[in-house]
Amino acid sequence: MRFTSLTFGLFAGALLFLYYRVPGRAQWAVLLLGSLVFYLSAGAEYLPFLLLAAATTFFAARFMAKRTEKAAKRRALLLCLLADFGLLAVCKCAGYLPMGISFYLFQSAGYVIDVYRGTAKAEGNFLRHALFVSYFPQLVQGPISRHGQLEPQLFHSHEYDPKEVSFGIQRMLWGAFKKLVIADRVAPAVVALKECRGLGFLLLTVLYAVQIYADFTGGIDIALGLSRCFGITLPENFRSPFRAKNTAEYWRRWHITLGEWMKDYIFYPVSVSAPMRRLSKAARKRWPKFGKRLPVYAASFATWFVTGIWHGVTPNFLVWGLLNCAVIVISEELTPLYKKFHSRFRLKEKKWYGGFEITRMFLLMNLIRACDLFPNVGDYFRRLGSLFTPWTWECALPDLGLTGLDWAILALGVALMLGLGQLRDIQETLWQRPALRYCLLFLLFLAVLLLGKYGVGYDAAAFIYNQF
Amino acid sequence: MGEYYVNSGGNDVIFIGDCEVYENFSPVTLWQEYGIPSYIRGSAQQMIWQSYYLLEETLQYETPKVVVFNVLSMKYDTPESTGSPTRREAYNRMTLDTMRWSPTKWKAIAASLTEEEREWEGLLTYLFPILRYHERWSQLTAEDFAYWLRRDTVSHNGYLMQTGVKPMTDSYASAPLADYRFGENSWHYLDKMRLLCEEKGVQLVLIKAPTLYPIWWWEWDAQIAQYAEENGLLYLNMIESIEDIGIDWNTDTYDAGLHLNVWGAEKAARWLGEVLREECNLPDRREDAELSATWSKKVALYEQEKQSRGGS
Repeated sequence: MRFTSLTFGLFAGALLFLYYRVPGRAQWAVLLLGSLVFYLSAGAEYLPFLLLAAATTFFAARFMAKRTEKAAKRRALLLCLLADFGLLAVCKCAGYLPMGISFYLFQSAGYVIDVYRGTAKAEGNFLRHALFVSYFPQLVQGPISRHGQLEPQLFHSHEYDPKEVSFGIQRMLWGAFKKLVIADRVAPAVVALKECRGLGFLLLTVLYAVQIYADFTGGIDIALGLSRCFGITLPENFRSPFRAKNTAEYWRRWHITLGEWMKDYIFYPVSVSAPMRRLSKAARKRWPKFGKRLPVYAASFATWFVTGIWHGVTPNFLVWGLLNCAVIVISEELTPLYKKFHSRFRLKEKKWYGGFEITRMFLLMNLIRACDLFPNVGDYFRRLGSLFTPWTWECALPDLGLTGLDWAILALGVALMLGLGQLRDIQETLWQRPALRYCLLFLLFLAVLLLGKYGVGYDAAAFIYNQF
Repeated sequence: MGEYYVNSGGNDVIFIGDCEVYENFSPVTLWQEYGIPSYIRGSAQQMIWQSYYLLEETLQYETPKVVVFNVLSMKYDTPESTGSPTRREAYNRMTLDTMRWSPTKWKAIAASLTEEEREWEGLLTYLFPILRYHERWSQLTAEDFAYWLRRDTVSHNGYLMQTGVKPMTDSYASAPLADYRFGENSWHYLDKMRLLCEEKGVQLVLIKAPTLYPIWWWEWDAQIAQYAEENGLLYLNMIESIEDIGIDWNTDTYDAGLHLNVWGAEKAARWLGEVLREECNLPDRREDAELSATWSKKVALYEQEKQSRGGS
């Protein structure tokens, strides 16, 4: 049941109706039922994986809650994480990925670690825990929620609030626009450009950025919008990432919930771990400055290694992760040099410099991101190298599978997508002006209906992040 | 097809079937020569299951005295046997998209799709065609607007006028078939059609239109003749009466014998009208003032189009 399918629309509508018809204390049961139906629609064979994730984390958390000795707790945690991530590794290596497994395993692993740390309370009811793990709006492509943030909302009674439901529907429609009008429209050009080098490759990196941004944020908009209809606020996963001026900032704006998960459960634990402290101490004796930064670099490496593997077990995802890590480490090492440069030339005071930084970061991240597209890493680097040879225009625009009208719609859609920025402010403004709101909503609906790439003649394209 | 809804009611004869009915018989001639009001509910490559549901729908709007069904579609037993999915969908939509929403339409859709096509969201595109044609706006030409602005009907009581002439020069041949037996599904729908007509007190007449291709094998003809005899139906294989009808393959066809042009369609209607009047006791309704007034307008439009397109 794809988020952009009619079936999903009808399913979500029926569930919403039921949700607000039952007493508040039973609303979570409706969500659990809906999540089960949603998951079963993808295939009953995937259900055991979800149940296993829910069961291991439920029982591990219960066990830890009853024990006081730290060693026993640690053993339970390690066993649980080993079981869950072992399962994920086997699935990834076998190329058999049950729907949403990377997302719900990370979310439930976060919960069990929080229980171990004492920052979350162990859930006593398996069905309630099952809902936390399987809450369907975020099941297939995130965002990855934290127990402390999601759990109280799931089991709180929600009154029907027309404003919240209206905002939720608007956001879902906006997400469908991004996915069907922009991402799926540009997709054939991305496929065609994969064969290109030089300028064509550069264009590929830009169009792939458009595609993946529209696709992923579109899916997240639908997830957050639908959840909002249920009165449950999920964490934002994007904050204008293309406005970032450096890599670290970019990753604080792109796939935020995964980044924070990695930071809390991998980066910090690794960087402050006892072995790391010992390594840092030893290194400082020979290289005082580098030795001090070593734990951060090692933690960054571990974080990006896992992030790469999380996206896929093919070498290109690992290379993609390590390239990101390399850019962060190199930037950090060159910081003193930058400072010297800027203190002498004072470019940061120039008005255009901010724009330059944003453009630089946009192009750099595009080049790294394009690695996703080439399972053969050598192929990727050859194309990357072609940027530094004389450019030839091998792929003319008419060959990209898009008509002039498609390009026009794409340009307009991208301008709208980037221009609108945070929808929340616009929604609040429009709430005060119902006539304008209905007109714009109708136009948006019409745009999705008439300009969307769906139905017969199109392969129903899954959201890109569904595969992770 | 969709024009039927503004012309329904008051017809003594309803034609059901594929292009062999909507291009080969002129209702205006039937009216002019015999005072028989008729309508053709025909569509390109109309399958027998679609014919049945169109009949079921038609009988919800009116009860004619006679239903004439062209039996060529008996050769297709299942949706799978009707060609490539793209081709099948195109023809399906020509019939189904024009039907008004009703349970009958739903049944017609369900019967017309292969198991694979009967997926829920595929079905919905037949109920809400915009989901299928949502990008049609990008292919609009001036011709689309010509039809959009046109107030007159395109057909003449379901008859699509053709005024071209392309003589038949060579005889048609086809490789023999491995099996000439009609399929179970085809018989099932023919039975349903017969039973529905019996229930409504309508006389069912089976015809094979007078065309040369696709070939109407004698083995097929024999099966239909036997069925007609067993069930007391009138069966007219008009191919055997081509000389009586007076069809001249040099002047009466616009595509070398596959279909008739307007002159051929008038000859075929003249011959069929005579048979229907005698065999089905159809009255001459030209004395009916109200009906005459309606038909005189139809005749005028028909003649006007015929003249404007080079006919005489």
